[in-house]
Amino acid sequence: MPSSLSSPIKPAAEEPPAVPSTRAWHGLPLDPLLTLAVVGLGIASAMTLGAATREAIPGDPGYYVNRQIVYLVIGLILMTVLARVDYARLRQLKYPIYALLILSILAVLGLGHETKGATRAITLPFFSFQASELGKVLLILALASFVIDRSRRLRERDTTARVMLAALVPAMLVIIQPDLGSGMVYMVIAFVLLLVAGAPWQQLGGLVALVGVSVAIVLVAAPALGLHVLKPYQTERLTAFLNPSSNFAEIKEKESKTGEPDPRYQLAQSKIAIGSGEKTGRGSNSTQLTGNYLPEDDTDFVFAAVGEQYGFLGAGLVLCLYGLLISRTLRILTMSKDLFGSLLAAGVAAMLMFQVFVNVGMTVGIMPITGVTLPLMSYGGSSVITTLLAVGLLQSIYVQARASAALKGRVPIY
Amino acid sequence: MSALERVRPSWPISDDRSRMPVSPQLALRVGALGVLAMVMFAIIFFRLWYLQVLTGEQYVQQADANSVRDLPIAAPRGQILDREGKPMVSSRVTNAVQIVPSALPPAGAPRLALYRRVGALLHMSAQHVEALVVKGRTALPYAPVTIKTDAGRGVLTVLAERQNAYPGVVQQPVSIRAYPYGEMAAQVLGYVGQVNKEELKKPAFRGVEQNTVVGQEGLEYFYDHYLRGEPGVQRVQVNAAGYPEPTRLQPQPPKAGYSLGTTLDLGLQREGEKALLEGIENARAGGKPAIAGAFTALDPLNGEVLAIGSYPSFDPNKFAKPLTETELKALEGKGGGEETPSRLVNRAVNGAYPTGSTFKPITAMAALEAGVIDPNEALGGGSCIEAIGGGGEKFCNSGHTDYGAVGLVEALKVSSDTYFFTVGELANSHGNVIQNKARELGIGEQTGIDLPSELTGTIPSRQWLVKQNEAESQCTREHHGRRCQIVAEPGEPWTVGYNMDLAVGQGSLQTDPLQMAVAYSTLANAYLHGGEGEVVTPHLGRQIDEADGGLVQSLSRDFPPKHHVHLNYPDLSDVMQGIHEAASQPGGTSADVWTGWNQSQHPVYGKTGTAERAGHVEQSWYMCFINDPKRPIVIAVTVEEGGFGAETAAPIARLIASRWFGRPEKFVVGTSKTF
Repeated sequence: MPSSLSSPIKPAAEEPPAVPSTRAWHGLPLDPLLTLAVVGLGIASAMTLGAATREAIPGDPGYYVNRQIVYLVIGLILMTVLARVDYARLRQLKYPIYALLILSILAVLGLGHETKGATRAITLPFFSFQASELGKVLLILALASFVIDRSRRLRERDTTARVMLAALVPAMLVIIQPDLGSGMVYMVIAFVLLLVAGAPWQQLGGLVALVGVSVAIVLVAAPALGLHVLKPYQTERLTAFLNPSSNFAEIKEKESKTGEPDPRYQLAQSKIAIGSGEKTGRGSNSTQLTGNYLPEDDTDFVFAAVGEQYGFLGAGLVLCLYGLLISRTLRILTMSKDLFGSLLAAGVAAMLMFQVFVNVGMTVGIMPITGVTLPLMSYGGSSVITTLLAVGLLQSIYVQARASAALKGRVPIY
Repeated sequence: MSALERVRPSWPISDDRSRMPVSPQLALRVGALGVLAMVMFAIIFFRLWYLQVLTGEQYVQQADANSVRDLPIAAPRGQILDREGKPMVSSRVTNAVQIVPSALPPAGAPRLALYRRVGALLHMSAQHVEALVVKGRTALPYAPVTIKTDAGRGVLTVLAERQNAYPGVVQQPVSIRAYPYGEMAAQVLGYVGQVNKEELKKPAFRGVEQNTVVGQEGLEYFYDHYLRGEPGVQRVQVNAAGYPEPTRLQPQPPKAGYSLGTTLDLGLQREGEKALLEGIENARAGGKPAIAGAFTALDPLNGEVLAIGSYPSFDPNKFAKPLTETELKALEGKGGGEETPSRLVNRAVNGAYPTGSTFKPITAMAALEAGVIDPNEALGGGSCIEAIGGGGEKFCNSGHTDYGAVGLVEALKVSSDTYFFTVGELANSHGNVIQNKARELGIGEQTGIDLPSELTGTIPSRQWLVKQNEAESQCTREHHGRRCQIVAEPGEPWTVGYNMDLAVGQGSLQTDPLQMAVAYSTLANAYLHGGEGEVVTPHLGRQIDEADGGLVQSLSRDFPPKHHVHLNYPDLSDVMQGIHEAASQPGGTSADVWTGWNQSQHPVYGKTGTAERAGHVEQSWYMCFINDPKRPIVIAVTVEEGGFGAETAAPIARLIASRWFGRPEKFVVGTSKTF
């Protein structure tokens, strides 16, 4: 047996399926609702990108949507494969996984190519690999394992500090790229893992206070003292939603003066896109997207594209699919046969919730602009596949929980 | 973790120490996550509902404003036609090089580099290109800025083939004004240009959008309202970069401008210009400077302007494209150091000239009607006369010729200055006899012609001199004692000399060929109607037509006669006989010019004039009325510094008349050396 991953198709290898009923149950190896949610979001993504990027590359209207579908299919296959792997085995690989996390991020910093001023990805022959995205799943696995290792000392401040530090190292590395959004996702994952694992409220409260103080220092106190922790454009992006402007003439003038894009432009255009969708959307009359008014309408601002094309109905439906995805994640968290599974699910829940709320909140103008993708909807292989890998973990937890319950003669509750 | 331990026994134990039931604590914490998720979903749903359902309409408007730009489509300007419908001004389609400001490379070095490339291609400086873009952008932010019209095939090919090297530079078919006859009647037809900020404030340009091409001068200006049409609206859907996108939006097509049918006769106009030039060249050959000139031909019965021209002229086609500073200065006659006569001035309506002897028929009419003279009374013997109270000043005939004491008819025929000096002297004691008659016949007032500007003119009188003196003293006060030269001798009272000068069309009299043509028309139509005459309103507009030809409205009623005049027919007959003999009988001042002319078919009533202007060579004048039952004509010709009336102006008038009546065109120089 070279490695626990070498026989991924045989789940729960330590528990040979002796009972016939288990075999019959194995015919349905995925959570149907969870699968419904991700497939639905995948379809929504393809539909939205199809229109939004129709004229992005002249002569090749399907460029982005075709690639996105390929990423979705690859991701779904990986998800199905991962569903049959016993996630518990991954715990033993926690150090290699953590090392992979750190090294891949360092590799991007060293070897990566620059896109729009940020070095976030390594270009592979067929794929531009964004380490910070995959890092989210790797971090969930590593942190959950660390927490389990210290499951008897969960109330100790030391545990909380170590877990947070373990997340902070990769977070700082991706923030340097700069990918502030992913860094924040890492910290949120760590926080939610601690929350679910049962860290004391005082310590969690302390962490929240620490974050509040840090934000105050970074955004207010340090610049006042002449020390700029964040680049000016990052600060602008974070605070744009607090002072929106729809005076494009003024914004454009400022841009031409500074030579930097003003995030308020993107924000205002995003709100126009969503608002103009009204109840049922503008469909092919959408002008914000095809007219390229909204930068990044295929990636970070894809929700605005949904809102414009399909209106409140479409955007609401997409939100419902996310609601289903997140509620299923939380359900699987409670279903898990062990704490490790629960913690993995908690990490995935943290990742999904943070990304969905921050991203959608950003497009509707109630959250800061951070480079957080909308899981499954945003164009991009790394994001799509990472999310589906995370969902694969959830499927695996679900499968294991069902198998375990079946073995014990229990019927799991949906 | 008491909760954890208490629950653990109930959960099936596996080998894994982390096996975990749903403890109350976990339930609480997961529940907290769930509640957080629900709250967040609720907030986002509410926000979406607010944006899309409650205020969605507002965003639809913003989105439309964002992407749909209304760009005006220039309406094809109406043609200007001659009286037979032949086009004198039309439009032609050509390509313009335009810059789409929003699609330009970023400000700074890359954009400057582009301006340099474009400049090199179009033979312009980069600064000039930039200035045009900045100007255009301020005027109409989203519209492309025209950099050069009619750039030439080669340039357009380069632009088309090397699109990538010229981001934001496009070529666009545009309609530009074409004046196929170039300099012909240029001051009358006018020219066009983009409306400027000051013009937009004028009532004439109410409702005109910025950058619209409007008439700037002449008929183009006066009838701009009809000619310009209504611009259409191209509803362009543009993307954020400012490039147009394919769109289903229907453009609102422009409404072509109406055509303006004029009273001008293209053939006569061309002949008139040619004749004027010929006369000027002839005068120059004879050693006269002949720097400028003008002519007009009217129908004396209704005031229709049959031809009108001014020399030197300009090519209005130059204004169809943006003009450089130097080019404009050259047209205004200010370029090249030495002042040359402005090409833009229409001397037929804006020249301010004394008229010389062509004024004499007016003096005669005035004196006869007021009873100052009797037509048969012989006056003005000797070569010079000295005015009573004229301060010893002598008033002489040209070349000190002595015509003897003659009657009115003979005096007009030979153009005796001494006779008319005497008339002026006699009339002085009767008040403003000559002045009033001149004004009654149409001199010293605007004629009401349908052109943007015309001279008012001056008829010197006692009241006029009082006002001039007042103006002079006020001006002197304002300039702290420095004299303003409004009058030659400030404070001096009216003297008989003024009246004597006026009687022969000299002194401070200032009028133009058009006013003189109106005065002669009044005499002519009164003569044809037994003394009941009308002061016609000269006009160029005849009718307004649809672009495709249908009549929209006739303009003939827009120019009613200014007023009716009753002239004593016997007196008028004497005057007309005098000037007819001048043009037809041996010894008449212009008789030799009309050698070979069929006077019985087309009798010529013509008067030469030679106006003296201080510091200038004499100005040549000729006024005539040629009768015809169907197409009578009044012709006025003047050539600045052209010498005697008979030698320069009269032959030009004959050429014009020949053309009008289809006679062989002959340039016959007269020999009379009279003023």
